[in-house]
Amino acid sequence: MVEATIFEISSPGRIGVKYPESDVPSFELPAELERRHLPLPEVAELDVVRHFTRLSKLNYSIDSGFYPLGSCTMKYNPRINEVTARLSGFAKTHPLQPVDTVQGNLALMYELQEWLAEISGFSAITLQPAAGAQGEYTGVLIIRAYHKDRGDTKRTKMIIPDSAHGTNPASSSMSGFDVVHCATNEHGNIDLDSLRAVCDDTTAGLMLTNPNTLGLFEQGISEVIEIVHQAGGLVYGDGANLNALLGITRPGDLGIDIMHFNLHKTFSTPHGGGGPGSGPVGVASHLVDFLPCPVVGILEPASGDFPPFYGFVEPAKSIGRMKAFYGHFGMVIRAYTYISMYGKHGLREIAEGAVLNANYLMALVNKHYKVAYPRICMHEFVVEGHWPNAPEVIALDVSKRLMDYNFHPPTNYFPLIVPEALMIEPTETENKETLELFADALIKISDEAVNNPQLLKDAPHNTPIGRLDEVKAAKDLVLCCWIPEKEN
Amino acid sequence: MFIPHSDSDKSEMLEKIGLKSIKDLFKDVPEKYRYPDLNLPEAISEMEALQNLKDLADVNFSTDDMLCFMGAGAYNHYIPAAVDSIITRGEFLTAYTPYQPEVSQGTLQAIFEYQSLIAALTGMEVSNASHYDGATAAAEACVLAYHNFRGKRNKFVLSKGLHPQYRETIQTYFQGYENLKIVGFDNPSQMPNDDDLLNLVDLDTAIVYVQYPDFFGRIRDFTKFVEQVHEKGALVAVSVNPMALGMLKPPGEFGVDIVTGEGQPLGIPLSFGGPYLGLFATKKEFVRKLAGRLVGETVDKEGRKGYVLTLTAREQHIRREKATSNICTNQGLIALAATVYLSLLGKHGLEQVARLNFDKAHYAATQFNQLNDFEVVSNSPFFNEFVLKCPLPVEEINALLLDYDILGGYDLSKDYPELENCMLVAVTEAVSKDDIDYFVSSLQEVCHG
Repeated sequence: MVEATIFEISSPGRIGVKYPESDVPSFELPAELERRHLPLPEVAELDVVRHFTRLSKLNYSIDSGFYPLGSCTMKYNPRINEVTARLSGFAKTHPLQPVDTVQGNLALMYELQEWLAEISGFSAITLQPAAGAQGEYTGVLIIRAYHKDRGDTKRTKMIIPDSAHGTNPASSSMSGFDVVHCATNEHGNIDLDSLRAVCDDTTAGLMLTNPNTLGLFEQGISEVIEIVHQAGGLVYGDGANLNALLGITRPGDLGIDIMHFNLHKTFSTPHGGGGPGSGPVGVASHLVDFLPCPVVGILEPASGDFPPFYGFVEPAKSIGRMKAFYGHFGMVIRAYTYISMYGKHGLREIAEGAVLNANYLMALVNKHYKVAYPRICMHEFVVEGHWPNAPEVIALDVSKRLMDYNFHPPTNYFPLIVPEALMIEPTETENKETLELFADALIKISDEAVNNPQLLKDAPHNTPIGRLDEVKAAKDLVLCCWIPEKEN
Repeated sequence: MFIPHSDSDKSEMLEKIGLKSIKDLFKDVPEKYRYPDLNLPEAISEMEALQNLKDLADVNFSTDDMLCFMGAGAYNHYIPAAVDSIITRGEFLTAYTPYQPEVSQGTLQAIFEYQSLIAALTGMEVSNASHYDGATAAAEACVLAYHNFRGKRNKFVLSKGLHPQYRETIQTYFQGYENLKIVGFDNPSQMPNDDDLLNLVDLDTAIVYVQYPDFFGRIRDFTKFVEQVHEKGALVAVSVNPMALGMLKPPGEFGVDIVTGEGQPLGIPLSFGGPYLGLFATKKEFVRKLAGRLVGETVDKEGRKGYVLTLTAREQHIRREKATSNICTNQGLIALAATVYLSLLGKHGLEQVARLNFDKAHYAATQFNQLNDFEVVSNSPFFNEFVLKCPLPVEEINALLLDYDILGGYDLSKDYPELENCMLVAVTEAVSKDDIDYFVSSLQEVCHG
């Protein structure tokens, strides 16, 4: 079905909200600043509610079904988070209020900083970065500032394994580093010789994803970190895959110097169709002074019946501000709610459930799909979506056919080092029966690939719309349903 | 709660995997760092968590408890109920970035409509699918300009009227660029005319950044200004308050190259500073240099209209280290809130609410101008914010105003020492004439009491 756009259902004279009549005199705007034409839609409230409700029904979501999108940690988003983030005492506070009027916000932020530091083994946390990619950029700028502060100006190279997230190389080059790649060995680990070969006194650092994008724990983690440290570089940890490690091990203990968290992956804040995220960054003790400003600190310790007095502090050698204000506070509330409900022992059950689910699902399908690196995986695993006896079928076809079985496809074509990759992350919130139904669908599709490949090539068949012409979209470039009207 | 496995599930699953215990799954983790004892509180139930969070929220003073005259980049506006009702639908809330268009048409079409609404509002040709906030959108505009000239133009000229936190964010983003000069914002006069910036614009200038309304609330026509900057070949970007565009000439008509802004006024709660919404619109000629996601219209095999993410070749996951931006997750759900808000208000509602802001702010300014010890010093047209010179330091006044249940305006001396005793007063549709009168009399009382 095709839903008309909000502009197409517009009809002159309609309005969706009524405001009170003005109770003050009207003032005059200089004529040269007056707007002559405001081409927005004119619709009633019911039109708006129906339009967006209909649109919502064209979406697949965690609430409607299994969403095993690798590297995205599509776990259930608890509804209580939506309630706590909307409490008026939080949602109706202005970021520039005097600090003594927002002690509840600051206490919550301070406590989450402490909790994230404890969970990850770091000395201090900033909650400011807006998303994972901005957390990475923050980390890379901190690495830069650290070397510069030591007068170590030769360090211009950032090492990035070929199994890294796409944002890693982009974050490095944005801050002026040259990106140097290092290879993965036959077990899915960083190739230590390849790493040694690129490490020298020009190495600023290594950007490491652990578990890596193959879903594997880096078996040589201690050696990897030692090689980089010996060369004088720092190790950045991409925390996108932290779900596998909660309560199992702490990246800071392993020797990682700096890491971002994705609150919208590990700590259950909803993805919202592409954000908002939240990407706090944790650092080891030697990097605390470089954190972005401001961070929440205790200005006066608790005494007697009085709680501590919280405020903002600026780290001594701060890299500066990453965005306006203090981060995505609404996401911070949700993550705080979530962690408080799991507590000191429960977090480990998250990682155990996620890793158990991934290994179970891998065991159910590994006779039908080639597992890229067959060993115990962590929270996700990568298989190849092609078969020697089905030459025309590619991973994309498998993904599209999965939609016909009412599942969201896995991540396609990532990581780049596996041909026709399907990256599958079930998360801990899925039950055994769901995994089995998904495995059945995958197995049926592997059979269809050989016996009825056209069924896959033409898929999906049961979705609101078929495969879309992406070439046309890029060529014709229709990016809005309203063409600006020039006026004089 | 959120993990469904029973003990028998676990043992059946382990058996299929071929392991004896859950611990066998983690043998790759170095043993001495396995199973840390976390110093965290014990788990609590949903009921206890809610109470705990309520207790924290109750410690705060919110705009439910106080009349709000604070703005400076975040504004207290009324949010129609339908906005939250739509964005809490699980189909929008719990979907990922729409990588698989066949099962994401809801999100994709909503983004397409968002792009259309922002283009219409700003008078520009294209908008992206959103950026993090007004500050980071401004930084990305500078990234676009820098790369537009392939790094050969090494000067950014920023207005003193650009939000100080946006300027700081730009400085953070570009700290690795040793040859780059960022100038203009430190003009010593109190509230300089942006035309002063023209003296700084030369053939090394990549971008000139102004704000509309500016940080001091002022509005002006930039048409000639833009022409003069273009004579030097530099780009002009303007950061906007989108609500103001409900009644003001859109920046597209000034001929600017890039429009960014903070979308928070469009139905987004104050929420102590975030998540907000970065607006980013530009001319079609820059579309391939634009950071962030873009949705385009196309058709499926049967010719049915549909939407996809397009021009993805610009993005980090394809170009990797050659990408000029690393943005991935943006503000999807917040952009949806703005889309619903703009749809509800539409042509007439947005103009009406902008008018209410304008008239109420002007009424407040008029009342202050009648008093002896107060002076409205932003001596030019303004939208819903103005600079008020007070007889006492603003920080002192604001502390006293709390006893009157009033959240006073922003203390400008925090960012501009030369603006001593100057308060940036924001007035929105959320206050009535009586509220404004009470604010004026309370302010007078605390300064003379």
